[in-house]
Amino acid sequence: MSLIEGMASAVETPRRLARVAMLGNPNTGKTSLFNSLTGLRQRVGNYPGITVEKKTGVMQLGKGEAELIDLPGTYSLAAASPDERVVVDVLTGHVSGTERPEALVCVVDATNLQRNLFLVSQVAELGIPMVLALNLWDSACKQGLNINVELLSERLGVPVVPTIGRTGEGLPQLRAAIVEALEKSARMRRIEWPESAAQAEAKLRSAIPESVRSQLKELELQRLLFDADSAIIERVGWNHEEAREVIEAARKPLWDAGVNPLAAEALFQYAHLKEVLDGVVLSPEEALPRGSESIDGILIHRFWGLLVFVGMMFVVFQAVYAGAGPLMDLVDAAKGWTQDLVGPWFDSMPMLQSLVTDGVIEGVGAFVIFLPQILILFLFIALLEDTGYMARAAFLMDKLFHWCGLNGKSFVPFLSSYACAVPGIMATRTIEDPKARLTTILLAPLMSCSARLPVYVLLIGAFVEPQLGPFWAGVTLFAMHFVGLFVAVILAFVFTRFLIKTKPQPFVLELPAYHAPRMENVLFRMYEAGKEFVQRAGTVILAITIIIWALLYFPRPADLEAQETRAFAAEHAQTAGVSEEEALAALESDEELAAALQARIDGAYVDQSLLGRMGKGLQPIFAPAGFDWKITVGVLASFPAREVIVSTLGIIYSLGGDVDEESGSLRDAMRKETWDDGARAGSTVFNLPVVFAIMVFFALCSQCGSTLAVTAKESNWKWAAFTFVYMTGLAWIGAVLVYQVGMQFL
Amino acid sequence: MNDAKADNRMTVLSELAVGETGRIKSIPAESAANQRLMNLGLLPGMMVKIVQVAPLGDPIAIEFTGQRISIRRSEAALIVID
Repeated sequence: MSLIEGMASAVETPRRLARVAMLGNPNTGKTSLFNSLTGLRQRVGNYPGITVEKKTGVMQLGKGEAELIDLPGTYSLAAASPDERVVVDVLTGHVSGTERPEALVCVVDATNLQRNLFLVSQVAELGIPMVLALNLWDSACKQGLNINVELLSERLGVPVVPTIGRTGEGLPQLRAAIVEALEKSARMRRIEWPESAAQAEAKLRSAIPESVRSQLKELELQRLLFDADSAIIERVGWNHEEAREVIEAARKPLWDAGVNPLAAEALFQYAHLKEVLDGVVLSPEEALPRGSESIDGILIHRFWGLLVFVGMMFVVFQAVYAGAGPLMDLVDAAKGWTQDLVGPWFDSMPMLQSLVTDGVIEGVGAFVIFLPQILILFLFIALLEDTGYMARAAFLMDKLFHWCGLNGKSFVPFLSSYACAVPGIMATRTIEDPKARLTTILLAPLMSCSARLPVYVLLIGAFVEPQLGPFWAGVTLFAMHFVGLFVAVILAFVFTRFLIKTKPQPFVLELPAYHAPRMENVLFRMYEAGKEFVQRAGTVILAITIIIWALLYFPRPADLEAQETRAFAAEHAQTAGVSEEEALAALESDEELAAALQARIDGAYVDQSLLGRMGKGLQPIFAPAGFDWKITVGVLASFPAREVIVSTLGIIYSLGGDVDEESGSLRDAMRKETWDDGARAGSTVFNLPVVFAIMVFFALCSQCGSTLAVTAKESNWKWAAFTFVYMTGLAWIGAVLVYQVGMQFL
Repeated sequence: MNDAKADNRMTVLSELAVGETGRIKSIPAESAANQRLMNLGLLPGMMVKIVQVAPLGDPIAIEFTGQRISIRRSEAALIVID
């Protein structure tokens, strides 16, 4: 903190904010409680070096405020997954930029106290003041559970507050309890470890080298003792071999007592918790039927479950694919209006005009256009997660993905990527296993997104259908949607085995009780997804758009326009049989001619632009795939966003940028295109092998700056660069193969 | 825990049919998934029920201490039932 900031905050608040951390098992309604406590005053970032989300907010506490950290939901502190590591490291104060919390809010599911208290009892070893929130209190009441809150509070030694996150009941009491815990330093009573565990811990403490011991809290000693290959060893920079030996030797008292050290903690803690909860929770004599059981009878049924799943996914896909359409058209229209509105302000400065309209406004439009899809997809993801269905979907689909190293939660991201990889990659946040998540992020862009469709429609309509007939046109369109999927399956196998070295997480998936979704949660989730996308990916997309604009705009020779006008007038004079003066006059009066001239000028600018020159320069690279320089420029211009290919081709073929994939004029121009020189001089550029090579290229290539920006945000820039390289490489190989093999048959 | 392995007539969790209930005899802690299951409270002596098998035969959903958890068949095959 700078001096000035320090002084300013010293004036406003005499004391810096108290730091409170919230932790608990997944599916306890923790995040919903967090949102209720902090409102919209949240910040989302990442913990340094890993892709675990760090969420902090400011909450009102008594007369003051406190900073609240929402730690990732975990079942235990066994520092095996990145989420668990973060929880351990934050609680022990070992994360740079995140100070150790002064108080904890432990959120537990009141319907399953024993299991939820396991984590809390582990954390109690740290001696941080604590409050216990018995969330889902209403569900517990509905199940007829009778929980003696006072007795529980007395046994644990910390305030215990029943809460209902959905309605906000118990929140004032929770805030008051946090203040109380901070003031009175209420610490939870710790487990009394059996002799064998205490001995083992003492043994470990004395055997650890001093340099390592000084970095460790007692809780971390326990983690080393009870966990297989604790990540803490890595953090403290302890030699692995030595660590294993020392730890194994320290475990001897446990083995001697007949307890497997890896099972010891669970055995001891659950025995302890059984005592703690004895007489605290009274279950009804006859268990009331729980809704979840009968719902699961259908939703995870081998036949009906699958049917419901397919139906639901169809709805989700349709909503993202088609439902977002009108909104996207609206964004597009708004972009056009803004360009028309703002453009004339710069009439005297053509370069600035082009920068503002084709660079800045175009770039802003380029990322805003994704918002409808992102918001709609996250509406469904929030609903699926909030109700508890997402875990069932993963259960149903797991087998389909397991064999190639992914898991059932990859389904929704892959499916959404068929509409657009941007929301698809964002949807990978629902995958807990970091290995499966990263693999899904890397492969999602291979799914045939809706932006590839115009390329297929253009080429199939112009060449495949006229030459092979409507049946094969349909087959081709269908097949193009599977090329990427087919490659992705093979790559999933390769990536998970040879490339991504992260340890896979064991597949142990809770099927939480079903709940009615809470509208606030759903809206908040949508807001959050949209906000983050705009903040973090938006700027990158804008920058990419402006760079491509510059590559297409510069250089701008002053006499090009006059030259092209003269040449065009001369040609028109010849074809129409009039004098050049008359032709020039006709250009002024005849709108059709003027438009054709403008298209020709635009084409000429592209032709000699930096990108155009790069296209010609790079054409030899694409020659083995049968691409001429015009296709190459089109391909290059499509790297920021593949959907621009059609309008770029329109400009290159001097038809103007307003053509679409159904345009007869564009199709004609492409059919007429012939090679000027080279081996195939005189023959048409677009024969079937070239057409298929282009389609395969677009199916596999990484031509979407937004996808790369989102990949970087959800993983890091290294993986974004990898995505670009592997996809583009594959696309080139695929296109060359198709062309070369195709030419053998021609 | 190891003597169960010598008994070749032992039943493992993955062999139970949907709807069947068994009592856990041993659960090897060396498997990461099983360690997690123990952290969730699945310990020797506990009753466990097979709730459902996924449409493609794997994974399976089990129920213990009032919670439903999905695990893969290969993990369930390590858990010995009385």
